[in-house]
Amino acid sequence: MSTHTEHQAQQGREPLDVNTPGLTRFDIVREGARRDDIEIVHYEPQVVSGSKAERRLVRLVAWLFLLSGLAATAFLVVYIWWPWEYAPGRGSDKWYTPLLGLTLGLSLLGIGFGILTWGKKLLPKEVSIQDRHEGAVSPDDRSITGQTMLYMADELGVKRRPLLGISLLAGLAPVGAVAAAPLVGGLISNPHKNNQMFTTGFAPAEGGQKVRLVREDGRPVRPSDISAGGQLTVFPGIEHGISNRHADSPTLLIHLRDEDAQKSRQANERVGHGDYMWGNYAAYSKICTHAGCPASLYEQQTNRLLCPCHQSQFLITDNARPVFGPASRRLPQLPIEVDSEGFFVAKSDFTETVGPDFWERP
Amino acid sequence: MKRRKFDLAAAPGKAAAGVDDRFQVATPLRRLLNKVFPDHWSFLLGEIALFSFIVLLLTGVFLTFFFEPSMTEVIYNGSYAPLRGTPMSAAYASSLDISFEVRGGLIMRQMHHWAALLFMAAIVVHMLRVFFTGAFRKPRETNWIIGSLLFWVGFLAGFTGYSLPDDGLSGTGLRIASAIMLSIPVIGSWVTSSIFGGEFPGTIIISRFFIAHVLLIPALLVALISVHLGLVFKQKHTQWPGPGRTNGNVVGERMFPRYAIKQGGFFMIVFGVIALMGGLFQINPIWLFGPYEAWVVSAASQPDWYVMFLDGSTRLMPAWQINIPIGDGYVIPPLFWPTVVLPGILVGLSTLYPFLEARHLKDYKSHNLLQRPRDVPARTAVGAMAVAFYLVLTLSGANDVIADKFQISLNAMTWAGRIGLLIAPPIAYYVTYRLCLGLQQHDREVLAHGVETGIIRRLPDGRFVEVHQPLSAAQEHGDGHGALEYTGWVVPKKMNRLGALGPAVRGFFYPIEKPVEAPVSPGHPPVEPRPEREEISSGEPRR
Repeated sequence: MSTHTEHQAQQGREPLDVNTPGLTRFDIVREGARRDDIEIVHYEPQVVSGSKAERRLVRLVAWLFLLSGLAATAFLVVYIWWPWEYAPGRGSDKWYTPLLGLTLGLSLLGIGFGILTWGKKLLPKEVSIQDRHEGAVSPDDRSITGQTMLYMADELGVKRRPLLGISLLAGLAPVGAVAAAPLVGGLISNPHKNNQMFTTGFAPAEGGQKVRLVREDGRPVRPSDISAGGQLTVFPGIEHGISNRHADSPTLLIHLRDEDAQKSRQANERVGHGDYMWGNYAAYSKICTHAGCPASLYEQQTNRLLCPCHQSQFLITDNARPVFGPASRRLPQLPIEVDSEGFFVAKSDFTETVGPDFWERP
Repeated sequence: MKRRKFDLAAAPGKAAAGVDDRFQVATPLRRLLNKVFPDHWSFLLGEIALFSFIVLLLTGVFLTFFFEPSMTEVIYNGSYAPLRGTPMSAAYASSLDISFEVRGGLIMRQMHHWAALLFMAAIVVHMLRVFFTGAFRKPRETNWIIGSLLFWVGFLAGFTGYSLPDDGLSGTGLRIASAIMLSIPVIGSWVTSSIFGGEFPGTIIISRFFIAHVLLIPALLVALISVHLGLVFKQKHTQWPGPGRTNGNVVGERMFPRYAIKQGGFFMIVFGVIALMGGLFQINPIWLFGPYEAWVVSAASQPDWYVMFLDGSTRLMPAWQINIPIGDGYVIPPLFWPTVVLPGILVGLSTLYPFLEARHLKDYKSHNLLQRPRDVPARTAVGAMAVAFYLVLTLSGANDVIADKFQISLNAMTWAGRIGLLIAPPIAYYVTYRLCLGLQQHDREVLAHGVETGIIRRLPDGRFVEVHQPLSAAQEHGDGHGALEYTGWVVPKKMNRLGALGPAVRGFFYPIEKPVEAPVSPGHPPVEPRPEREEISSGEPRR
């Protein structure tokens, strides 16, 4: 409260005539502060001028600035003349970025600490008190502003001429929609165009031609290519089949051992997928039904497939049922067989929706 | 006509007078130069965010000169040999070029990334400071809301930014983002398809993210930051309680020269630290991840740190799928809850908090004085609860790495996270509440009885007592010392704080000035004749 009364006292204070002869510059500064309701209550030099301490600080700041210049020069030298172009195994280019960072960092830190030391140690310490003027809201002013705004509304006469207001709203609402229309209309894209959410690259072509399973390099796969317990990522053997254009198509072809295959076949039959496997081979979508990452860590011993993004685990021998983690839906199975030339083909497309779940998935 | 002599010394004054004639700036400028700012180290955390943002703008503009925001497929033929001949998007190829072909491009990229991480970290720490000291209370609720929005806009800026290189890691992140949008009930597939221009990944998303990242989001950030700073300026900064400090004044330094100089120096230091990090610490080595391919991912795929809590919440979520048996059937996938609903709740809770607290305490007054966290145990404990919640989620975002490094079962880590998420926050609440009360009590104790001196005295009747140095002057009547009132600020608890230590000798390696003669310690207990020493020599209690 004491400062509050002090402030009251300042209100009644005679302003100092700044043209009075004999005033120091600090007197004028303090008078200026007072006119802004700021009282400089404490102002004390931290170093005695001409003292050893002052000279030492000045030297320190000067050194910091010079160090900064030195580091900046070093930066330029490195930037221009250091062999920077990447070449495997040469090595000196490896030091380019660290050296740039070191020299640039040092030069900036030099300026920074120099300025800080200058400001913190060489300038006088002060304590000033400024009034917040928060209680200075005048009810009169509020009332005047409010009345002015109401007066403006009166002059417009919306109340007396309701047709104006209604027609304005009715006219402007579509104008507002016009602003949104091109954005929405331009961006909107039907997710069910070409049934794209429910098909993958394995859908048989127009003539019923079955799609081959191919490796990452485009070669088709024979049963003998995968040893028991092994697995291989396969793609639809169509144009752009091995690219992000068919991001839903990557599939894991697994050669199960006899007993696991037996279990897997029984599980398949339980859900009506009796003919989806070919021999001991089964193919499951690699795209996790949770968030769409590739579920790519296959544990041979337990026949579990783990998605490294959120740790959903799928039990391959039980129709790739999710057994742990946040996934709630099994990985879709691709029905496969071997064509007359001995290569794997997809009998049909996946019979369940591939990829992360969404509202209208049946 | 005689040519008037040009007076160099008077020129600046004349120029200034000319400017003031036209724009009348002298009075407002004086007010600005004189504006008083309170000083405390914790008031500088927000500045780190501001300064990182400036570095982000500078380095970001540089990067746009070389980045090609296009998903057109190209065959890489640059100098990084292991990827030569690989088909990849133009965005990834140009990001590789920034790292390998542009002189100094890699340090700019790394500085940009480090500055982004620092920006988000500074926002979070600043927000914790504002929360725990009660700086969000009336009249500053608006600025609290803007601050929370800045976190989420910064989050978007970060996510769109690290998706741009289109490398193996960021593409996986983008894939997850598309799945998150897909999971929204009713409109999910339409939203996703509209944003990606068709099925994931499409061919347009990088260009759209680019314009969002370099124009829309920065513009929003600049606008929000300007209003944030403008309000701090208008409403004046809060201050800690202390001698002469009231709710109605600001005690500190005038903005010029000392305060502004310190800010300038601090900016240079933040800039310098970012430069050091960008040069010396590798971050996001995209050339090791390869281009994004939908069928490739590696273990330990983690997003930037500020996204990890969402990754963690996704990992911990049980597989609860909601089926709606109408027509063909509809689905709400489990992904929806931790990635859309949870952030929604967090935004709502954080923006509403100032109003909830004011309503709960029926406190509608303006507060310009900060509170020490210990003095408001309930709020501090709620904050600790939120921090515990966030930490469990963030750690769970890396639970596969923890499981791997510490040889723990992955499933055990997930379960630990699920259970931890439920019990860690209440424990944090209880412990913090008790800690606050304990600290409060100790403050009051010191104010009433004085500072512990560490001197043990044996009384004539054999009891041992510790000598306390009272903080108040001895009362005139009676022999005790009056208890002091708690003022909401630090209570000295060590004799050194009372000047019991001699004045420090100035100089780092050798004294630069002759040290002043150390005064006799004022903390020395009242002088009494030294008690007989032999009394305690036996070690056996005397009866």
